[in-house]
Amino acid sequence: MDMTYIQGILMLAGINLIAVLGLCLLTGFTGLFSFGHAGFMAIGAYIGALMTVPPSTMPGSIGGLGLPFIFGILAGGAAAGIVSWFIGRITLNLKGDYFCIATLGFGEATRLILNNVQTFGGARGWPGVPQYSTVLTVFVVDVIAVLFLANLVKSRHGRNMIAVREEELAAQIAGVDVFRYKMIALIVSAVYAGVAGVLFGHYMTFIQPKMFSMTKSTELTIIVIFGGLGSISGSVLGALVLTALPELLRAFDIWRLVFYGAAVIVIMISRPKGLMGGMELSPAGIRKIRAERRARLALKEEAAREAASGGRS
Amino acid sequence: MNQLLQQLVNGLSIGSVYALMAVGYSLVYSIMNFSNFAHGGVIMLGAYFGFFGLTLLKLPFAAAFILASVGTAVLATLIERVAYKPLRDRKAPFLYFIISAMGASILLENVVIATIGPTFRTYPEIFAREPIALGSLAIGRLDLIMFFVSAFCLACLILFIDKTRIGKAIQASAYNMKACALMGVNTDLVVLIVFALGGFLAGIAGVFFGMKYTVYPQIGNITTKSFIAAVFGGLGSLPGAVIGSVLLGVIETLVAGYLSSQFRDLIAFVILIGVLIVRPTGIMGKTAEDKA
Repeated sequence: MDMTYIQGILMLAGINLIAVLGLCLLTGFTGLFSFGHAGFMAIGAYIGALMTVPPSTMPGSIGGLGLPFIFGILAGGAAAGIVSWFIGRITLNLKGDYFCIATLGFGEATRLILNNVQTFGGARGWPGVPQYSTVLTVFVVDVIAVLFLANLVKSRHGRNMIAVREEELAAQIAGVDVFRYKMIALIVSAVYAGVAGVLFGHYMTFIQPKMFSMTKSTELTIIVIFGGLGSISGSVLGALVLTALPELLRAFDIWRLVFYGAAVIVIMISRPKGLMGGMELSPAGIRKIRAERRARLALKEEAAREAASGGRS
Repeated sequence: MNQLLQQLVNGLSIGSVYALMAVGYSLVYSIMNFSNFAHGGVIMLGAYFGFFGLTLLKLPFAAAFILASVGTAVLATLIERVAYKPLRDRKAPFLYFIISAMGASILLENVVIATIGPTFRTYPEIFAREPIALGSLAIGRLDLIMFFVSAFCLACLILFIDKTRIGKAIQASAYNMKACALMGVNTDLVVLIVFALGGFLAGIAGVFFGMKYTVYPQIGNITTKSFIAAVFGGLGSLPGAVIGSVLLGVIETLVAGYLSSQFRDLIAFVILIGVLIVRPTGIMGKTAEDKA
C-alpha cells in the first residue's frame, strides 16, 4: 500500500468523522434518529462548491463564485444549518418512528430535487470542484469539531440534551425546553454534516446526487451505533474503523458489503452498546471506567462471600 | 377525459401492487412498532425466486408464483428469528430494530449482488403484450391480472385477520402484546405468523414487479415507495395501507402523465413529508398514544 492510498482512506475517515460527530450529538446524546443526514451533506457539498468553483468561462461548464475555501466551508455549514432549522420546525414535534421517517423523506427528496435541477448538473453531477481538501484541513476541522462537541456535551446544554434522551417527559417537567434542545442538537448536527459535505466535495472534486443517497445516511447512523451511543471517542473510533474496514476488505471484493450487513446485525444483537457506549477515552473517562469495574468486582466478591457463608449456615 | 381514465387505470394497477408490499410494512408495524426496512430485500428476493422458478426450473406460472411467495414467507420468518428475536427478548428500543433491519437489507442486497450478479434481468413473456381494448381504453393484460390477484390476496388477508382465531390473536397483539401474552396467547408465534404473511404477499408483489419492470438487486429501493404508502395510509392500519397505496399509485401516474415523469419519484417523498406535517398518523392511523 502506498502513502497516497492510506492518506486517502484517512481523509475519507476524517470527513466521515465530522458528519458522524454531528449525528453523535443528535442520536447519541439527544436520542433522535436520522436517516436523512446525507441530505445535509449534499446541501453542504453543493453550496460549498457554488462558493469555490471559479466562474464559468466556457458555455456548458457550471460556474461558481471562485471564493477561497474557508467561505465554502462556512457557507456550506450555514446552509445546512438553516435548512435544518426549517426541517426541525416542522418535524421535531413528531414522536418516535415518525421523526426518523420524516428525515428519511427529507434526505431522499433533497437527492431527487438535485437530480432534477439542471443548473447544478442534475443526475450527471458537477465536475471540476477544486481540490482544496487536504489532510491538514480535514485534520484541523476534525479537531475543532471534537473540541466543540466535547465542550458542548459537558455544558449545561449537553446535560439537558442527555435528560431529553433519557426521559423526555421528566425532562420537560423539570423545566427543560425539550423542543429547543432537540432543535439545537439538530442544527449542530446538520452544520457538521454540511461541513463534511463541503470537505467531501472538495476531496472528490466531483459531486453527484447519487453520492448522498439513503445508504450514506444509514452508513453514518451505523457508525454512530457501532462506536457506541453517547460517546465521542466511540464515534471517532467507529468512523476510523468502519471507513477503513471496507477498504481493508477490498480483497473480498463483492462479499465485503455482505460482511458489513451481517456485522451490523451481529452488533445489534450481541453488543448493542457499541464499542464505547457511554464511555470516553479521556483521563476522566478512564478513571470512571476503572472505578465502575472496581465497584462491580467488589459487588461480585461480596455476593460470593455471602453465598459461601450462606452455604455454611 | 380519456387520457385521465387511462391514467387512473394504470395508477390502480400499480397501486394494488404497492398495497401488497405496504401491508407487509403495516402488519409488522402494528405488532412490533418499528419500520421493517428489510421488507424491501424480501420483495427483491421474491422477484428473483419467481424469475428462477420460471427460467431455470421451467415451472408453470402458477407454480413459480407459489414458489416465490412461500420462499419469501420462509425468508421473512428467518430474518425475524435471526435479526429481531434476540432484540425482542431483550426488549430493546425500536431504534435497534430499525438498524438491525437496515443491516438485513444491506446483507440481502449484497448477497444477491455477490451470488447472482448486479445485472438487470427480464422476465420471460407470459402474458401477451397487446392490451385489451375496453371502449377507448387500452388495459394491459398484466396490469389487469396484477390488479385482480392483488385485490384477491388483500381481501383474503383482511378476511383472515377479521375472521380466524389467529387473526384475532394478531389484532389483540397489535393492541397490547403484553396483556395478550398474559391471556395465554403465544405472541412469539403471532409474530412469526405476521412475518410469514407479510413475506408471502411480498413474494407475490416481487414477481409482479419483476414482470412489469425488470429484476435487479436494488429493486428494494423502489419498495421504499410502498413504505411511504403505508405511512400515507397510517402505519399499522391494513385498510390504511391499501388506501394509501392506491392513492399513491394514482397520484404518481397522474404526475408522470400530466407534469413530468421526472417528478414521479419526487412526488412520493413530497407526499410523505406533507403527510407527516399535517397528519403524521396518516389517513386511517389512530393517534399514537403518548407513552410516558
